[in-house]
Amino acid sequence: MTNSTLSLERLTTLENFGHSLQAQSHLYQPVNTEELAELFRQAKKSGQTVTLRGAGRSYNDAALNGGGIVVSLQAMNRILAWNPETGIVTAEPGVTLQQLWQHVLPDGWWPPVVSGTMFTTLGGCLGANIHGKNNFKKGTIGEHVLEFTARLPTGAEITCLPTKNGDLFYSMISGLGMLGVFTSITLQMKQMYSGLLNVHAFPVHNLQEQLAALMEGAPQHDYIVGWLDSTAGGKSLGRGQIHAADYLAAGDDPEAQKTLQVAYQTLPAKFFGLVPKNLLHYFMATFMINPGVWLVNTAKYVASLRRGEQRQAHAAFHFLLDYVPDWELSYGRGGLIQYQSFLPKETALAAWTEILTISQKRGLPSYLGVTKRHRPDKFLLSHAVDGFSLALDFKITRGNRAKLSAMLQDFDKIVLEAGGRFYFAKNSETSPETARRYLGAETVERFKALKHRTDPNHLLESDLYRRVFGE
Amino acid sequence: MTDKKFASASPLRPRKRAILLGASSGIGAALARRLAHEGYSLALVARREEMLENLCAAINAEAGEVHARAYRHDVREVESAAALFAQLTQDLGGLDVFIYNSGALLPVGLKEFDAEKDLEMTRVNYLGALAWLNPAAAYFQALKRGQIVGMGSVAGDRGRVGAPAYNASKAALHTYLEALRNRLTRYGVNVLTIKPGFVATDMIKNSPRTPMVISAEQAAEDIWQAMRARRQTAYIPAQWGLLMHIIRHIPSFIFRRMTF
Ligand SMILES: Cc1cc2nc3c(=O)[nH]c(=O)nc-3n(C[C@H](O)[C@H](O)[C@H](O)COP(=O)(O)OP(=O)(O)OC[C@H]3O[C@@H](n4cnc5c(N)ncnc54)[C@H](O)[C@@H]3O)c2cc1C
Ligand SMILES: NC(=O)c1ccc[n+]([C@@H]2O[C@H](COP(=O)([O-])OP(=O)(O)OC[C@H]3O[C@@H](n4cnc5c(N)ncnc54)[C@H](OP(=O)(O)O)[C@@H]3O)[C@@H](O)[C@H]2O)c1
Repeated sequence: MTNSTLSLERLTTLENFGHSLQAQSHLYQPVNTEELAELFRQAKKSGQTVTLRGAGRSYNDAALNGGGIVVSLQAMNRILAWNPETGIVTAEPGVTLQQLWQHVLPDGWWPPVVSGTMFTTLGGCLGANIHGKNNFKKGTIGEHVLEFTARLPTGAEITCLPTKNGDLFYSMISGLGMLGVFTSITLQMKQMYSGLLNVHAFPVHNLQEQLAALMEGAPQHDYIVGWLDSTAGGKSLGRGQIHAADYLAAGDDPEAQKTLQVAYQTLPAKFFGLVPKNLLHYFMATFMINPGVWLVNTAKYVASLRRGEQRQAHAAFHFLLDYVPDWELSYGRGGLIQYQSFLPKETALAAWTEILTISQKRGLPSYLGVTKRHRPDKFLLSHAVDGFSLALDFKITRGNRAKLSAMLQDFDKIVLEAGGRFYFAKNSETSPETARRYLGAETVERFKALKHRTDPNHLLESDLYRRVFGE
Repeated sequence: MTDKKFASASPLRPRKRAILLGASSGIGAALARRLAHEGYSLALVARREEMLENLCAAINAEAGEVHARAYRHDVREVESAAALFAQLTQDLGGLDVFIYNSGALLPVGLKEFDAEKDLEMTRVNYLGALAWLNPAAAYFQALKRGQIVGMGSVAGDRGRVGAPAYNASKAALHTYLEALRNRLTRYGVNVLTIKPGFVATDMIKNSPRTPMVISAEQAAEDIWQAMRARRQTAYIPAQWGLLMHIIRHIPSFIFRRMTF
């Protein structure tokens, strides 16, 4: 693998989750840490950069490396140890959340923090330091990591705990794979007494109600999330539906033995009762024109006007989108991107009112809006605040790129003015200046100093790193 | 070498990437400006470094970010082509288009026979092309996408009294590109042979007769249109297609008596 003879069989085109960005890279998939270390030696020899990749579920260029090497950790996917007494699990980085919950749930445990999809890997989840619909209560996934082992590009192996190598513990988690490779991760699971959650659904009629519902609902529930109808304007701007969910206490579920089984959690093949799931994205494609989306959102909204309460399986509550196969393809050839901003509770209402109004005025509506309640955390490249987040999906077309790009840059200004933050697993247009402003120059310098320590030859570089942290 | 990195891409600001050999003057420099205008990132290669640097500076100043970087290289140094190709694709972050435009035309008198001049033209026009086209073709074949553009010439369509080795080197390039096209079309790779007539550049400033001459800018525009349409062969300007059709059919017994 010298510079000129990097095997062409490894050359391939990789994409981001939204199919809106392509990158040509040499893709390698080590099966153990020796192969991983060998890849770093070769990369150094041949002057190539390396990007780590889990399941490639990031919406942006976090796991892409145009012109360089991408190392997929997906083949290192063994669960190394599981203790059903303590709920402590040790796993390789390629283990997905799906593998994890299916392994621990029958014993009465559930991952304390999960993303909206179960196809993400533990390495990717730590790299981005993901949050769930319980961020306000449980923090990010990093707060449940008891310890991890990592390979540095230098070849060194280190073990990090909050109390040992603490600076690396709090920076490698959230560090976007730029400091080293997680090779073994030990996590504390959360005990469950049922495979079901009590889910309450209720409508909110505008953004103020939506945020108030999250604010007041959060302390009373284990999970809370808002679905925002981003097409409604005027007095109804920000209307939507709130889903709050609670764990069942011991004894609440007479059939716990059954509901904790994996088979019980899996959704039926026919989603919404009618549409076979492998056809759903064709079906959804017709809704991706504006009036259709408006109809769907409105229909959802009307349907939820009746307050509802029901018991739902964990997987169904958390991973709804996973049961719509390839839903992201319904966005068409140009793909999609996501814009997620995090705002302090004091400024969120005004800033998002402005953002949603601008998006409608400019004819660039989002199709899906999701709101959550958050709390700050101690990780170096943290995205969280004491406030809320709003994630907006945007369809990309040939014609809307320039307009969309200009609009997102205007959004960035609004968010920065309002003291907000951004998330590196999602946003794709964040400029180096914006990053410096929300993270603080000191944090950026600290991150670079740590990188210099763990990766003195700068082997680990991604498209995102070059875009945001490159000189 | 400009050590500034190329401006990076994002889903909303995707960027095509091209390697252009022979970008320091004439058609190559004009094509570089044209492609920069289309938002391409460009690795510009030639020997005259200062001219490349000035061109890059002008392109980058107009774009407001780094679209072009200069790389000094002599295509006669065939051993270093593959490694440099790998470095350029890495620097560009991938590759969409590969353009071989380097060329040399050394004047040979009607009664002159000079092996050194002939070998020199062959090295620049053909052997250098082989050294670069191989890694480029392998790269695009592996990715099942991409475009290769080779700068041929109407001069390659017939052997004339005035420029035997120039004619032959361009003819060899045409045939080689045709074979590449036949290999690569099935992999979704476009191979485009450009055959300019006369273009007002340094190359022909001492040539005696130059009918239908166009500017380098016009040539660049026509090449860009042919690239966009993913054509296979393009005479530039198009009238040369008809003219060369006629010239190719002039019987040898007449062609032998002609002095052009
Ligand atoms: C439908 C959907 C819903 C989502 N919902 C949420 C959500 O609710 N909350 C949330 O926080 N995020 C959410 N995300 C984002 C997603 O959780 C993150 O992008 C996550 O990082 C993806 O994990 P992955 O395994 O695909 O990692 P990748 O996208 O492959 O990589 C992510 C980052 O981690 C790094 N990395 C990967 N493996 C390692 C390793 N072994 N060591 C060190 N670094 C590594 C990579 O270099 C990269 O920077 C969602 C994404 C999708 C598509
Ligand atoms: N002008 C015409 O009428 C005409 C007609 C048909 C075809 N063409 C072809 O068009 C192409 C461009 O020519 P032009 O008219 O624009 O002339 P030009 O201005 O002389 O350009 C020739 C280019 O080739 C490069 N080159 C020459 N020798 C090289 C070497 N050893 N290594 C690397 N690069 C080398 C030159 O760069 P450096 O000297 O800096 O290295 C220069 O950039 C040539 O292939 C030519 O054959 C021209």
